Amino acid sequence: MACLVNSSAFAFSGISPLHSRSDSVSRRSNFPYRTPTTVSIKNMPSKQDALRFPPLCQHGGTTRQGRRKTLSPIKSMQDHEALPEGLKPELMPKHVAIILDGNRRWAKEKGLSMELGHLSGGRVIKNIAFLCNKWGVKVLSIFAFSTENWTRPKEEVDFLMGLFEEVGQTYMDEVTRYNVKISAIGDKSKLPEPLQELVATAEETTRGNTGLHLLVALNYSGRYDIMQATKSIAGKVKDGIFQVEDINEILFEKELKTGCAKFPNPDLLIRTSGEQRISNFYLWQLAYTEIFFSKKKFPDFNEEDFIEALSSFQKRERRYGGNK
Amino acid sequence: MENKIESYGSSLVSHMRRLLFRVLSVGPIPNHIAFILDGNRRYAKKRNLGEGMGHRVGFLTLTSLMKYCYELGVKYVTVYAFSIDNFKRRPEEVQDLMDLMLEKIEGLLKEESIVNQFGVRVYFIGNLRLLNAPVREAAEKVMKATANNNKSILLICVAYTSTDEITHAAQEAIEEKRGEIPESSEASMAQNGEISQEKHEGHRTIKLADIERHIYMGVAPDPDILVRTSGETRLSNFLLWQSSTCLLYSPKALWPEIGLRHLVWAVLNFQRVHPYLEKRRKQV
Repeated sequence: MACLVNSSAFAFSGISPLHSRSDSVSRRSNFPYRTPTTVSIKNMPSKQDALRFPPLCQHGGTTRQGRRKTLSPIKSMQDHEALPEGLKPELMPKHVAIILDGNRRWAKEKGLSMELGHLSGGRVIKNIAFLCNKWGVKVLSIFAFSTENWTRPKEEVDFLMGLFEEVGQTYMDEVTRYNVKISAIGDKSKLPEPLQELVATAEETTRGNTGLHLLVALNYSGRYDIMQATKSIAGKVKDGIFQVEDINEILFEKELKTGCAKFPNPDLLIRTSGEQRISNFYLWQLAYTEIFFSKKKFPDFNEEDFIEALSSFQKRERRYGGNK
Repeated sequence: MENKIESYGSSLVSHMRRLLFRVLSVGPIPNHIAFILDGNRRYAKKRNLGEGMGHRVGFLTLTSLMKYCYELGVKYVTVYAFSIDNFKRRPEEVQDLMDLMLEKIEGLLKEESIVNQFGVRVYFIGNLRLLNAPVREAAEKVMKATANNNKSILLICVAYTSTDEITHAAQEAIEEKRGEIPESSEASMAQNGEISQEKHEGHRTIKLADIERHIYMGVAPDPDILVRTSGETRLSNFLLWQSSTCLLYSPKALWPEIGLRHLVWAVLNFQRVHPYLEKRRKQV
């Protein structure tokens, strides 16, 4: 029974269970972790397969594509495909932010390891990024690692750092192919060296890309962001770039880490797993953001749920404190 | 006779409510609840009341809810009465709201008001310079008059937005630090002429505590629950800095329709997540 469950977890995460127990001596990263049924994202069956996106829904049948197909090059991402029924293109949010909560609880419910929970969550991010790119969302923010997550058990933190490296290396080609721009926001100086280098390379390589802008919050928190903006402004005041009296909200907003994005403030925030709080993710940036709480744990969050979040967003009346 | 029945009825209701609160108090009670009073205008439209009546009914709801909170043992209650963004509304509506606020603020000073009943200290939080003089003066009068109360605290956010609050706090913190720098840089010049080094050290020393010292809401701890009525699930620039770990609750009821059951539901949800959040808070 456990085998079946594990196999299905692998199938969902697009990794063949046959490629287990293999080592990765030649890996560039120092990802030391071995799960009991070893997972290796790098051991994808073939490069061709790696370029395909897996079925967006666990049960494979309900996607618009129906079955796997090889995607043609980048041009298709620029012409946004028709949206699912019920969604209006003019009401699509420009910036969607996601708090990916519930990986560990999902794994526990299914009797899987915490690592598989996070891996499954990783696949969902990829699917959502794909959908965002397809449907004309310009910026996608994901709360990958909070400043408060350092207090988690060391094995989990090490696993996550390794996972970020692994994912970064594996999907660099695809990211380039789909014209995605990557920015990592957060206090990168506390991350392991190899990850810092990888992040810097990824940002450099994708700097000129014009597709979806993916903001990955690594060692980030809303309060950290506000503090660093304050310090940056203080420095500029000292250097005489502007005066204290010039400090206003517009200036402050530019100094936040999200200032690197064309649409810095999320229109829609999605938090999964039923918890109803912000958990120190974006604070300033959420001033007028519509929040959608989904009861599903993140690895279960599929295309249908994302469409539900988007339609809920489109139905909302945004008044910004003024008149109707 | 009817009066007797009425008073018997209401005293029974209040006894039952106290009993309910005693049961709830077996678990942790939130220390601070914040409310976004949304839906007054829609309520007025729904009930075919006149323009501005929605806000008046909303005020009555506010006093009931405050009473429930203080009875339950919640020490801090914060309400989002008027946002800086609300100045964008039609001038007649803004004027009505200002007049209503003036009337109600002056009402707080009366003997029989809820403020005296529960020993409430009142703070007006926000960029008060944006208010007209009568309202501002009345607000300052109330703050002064209730300064000695300490049983419960009421924070009324007027002419407030969180981004304005944070910007203001940052400005003050930077101004304060700037005042400290010249002495240290002079001293270092005397020693080794490395002024720029000291300058950098100076602005790197702005800490979290500096911001928190200057933030308007610094007089209260962070809220445990943030309730926004009328089913809208957004913060609308309210308590962004402070609500990083608080429970967000957005009942569909419009503000004047909110009642005891919503408060009880919010508290029960708070009690559910409280142990986990406490553990996290201790770790951090």
